[in-house]
Amino acid sequence: MPSEKARKQITKMPETIQAAQEQKRRQEAYQQLVAERTPKPPYLRHFLVAFMTGGAVCALGQFVLGIFMGRGLDINAASAPTLAVMILLGIVLTAFGIYDEFAEFAGAGAAVPITGFANTVAASAMDFKHEGWVLGMGAKMFIIAGPVIVYGILSGVFASFITYIIRL
Amino acid sequence: MDYIIAFLIGGFICGIGQLILDFTTLTPGHMLVLLTVIGALAGGFGLYQPFLSFAKAGALVPVTGFGASIAKGSLLEAERTGIIGLFTGAFEFTGQGLAVAVFFSAIAALFFSPRS
Repeated sequence: MPSEKARKQITKMPETIQAAQEQKRRQEAYQQLVAERTPKPPYLRHFLVAFMTGGAVCALGQFVLGIFMGRGLDINAASAPTLAVMILLGIVLTAFGIYDEFAEFAGAGAAVPITGFANTVAASAMDFKHEGWVLGMGAKMFIIAGPVIVYGILSGVFASFITYIIRL
Repeated sequence: MDYIIAFLIGGFICGIGQLILDFTTLTPGHMLVLLTVIGALAGGFGLYQPFLSFAKAGALVPVTGFGASIAKGSLLEAERTGIIGLFTGAFEFTGQGLAVAVFFSAIAALFFSPRS
């Protein structure tokens, strides 16, 4: 025979389970509603804008690369100064506030090229200088670009190590 | 011709970056790291070099090319000087750009303030 207390719990249990289920159902319905009502990004238009703008930046990069390759450098030797020139260009446009306007329009077309990488460095340097030249500008200049370097080195050195071992 | 290929290939990589932003909840920072890692792995396994020879700036300028450049320096230097070269070479092709980024960003911060 279950005690009086236990019997009370047993009869009470279905109610709490039901309440919990009800709450879960409501939450799911709400999540569904949020998903339905959130406007879908115009995928195709975004893609095309990023394609055209990013492509234009790369064509500009081709112009710079062509200058260095025209001076007798092969593509490997010319890639370092080309990256440097594109980075400088990104910083100059960021300093005058032009790159941010471009990025607002272009999305990933401005973020993915190396000029966008330069933009994050220069913009962070400008943004954080009010926190001080050492702990603000100096420390936080790479707040967005830092992870790119960290994981670039991690994966790049790792993959190179594997290839180096295989080719031994 | 080089311009057209650079435009098409480079633009396509940027388009993929945009699709990642639109279809996932990844932030731009995550997306850049993802593309860099893909480029660095491809570079380290020697797959990026033929792509670079074909697409030129279309492969170099997107951030995948930055990752591949890290890996390429690392691999080339390792094959030249042994295993220590893995680390010596990591900045062989990217160090110049990084020094430019640090130097001129500091100059920019000295003379310019954010607009907003």
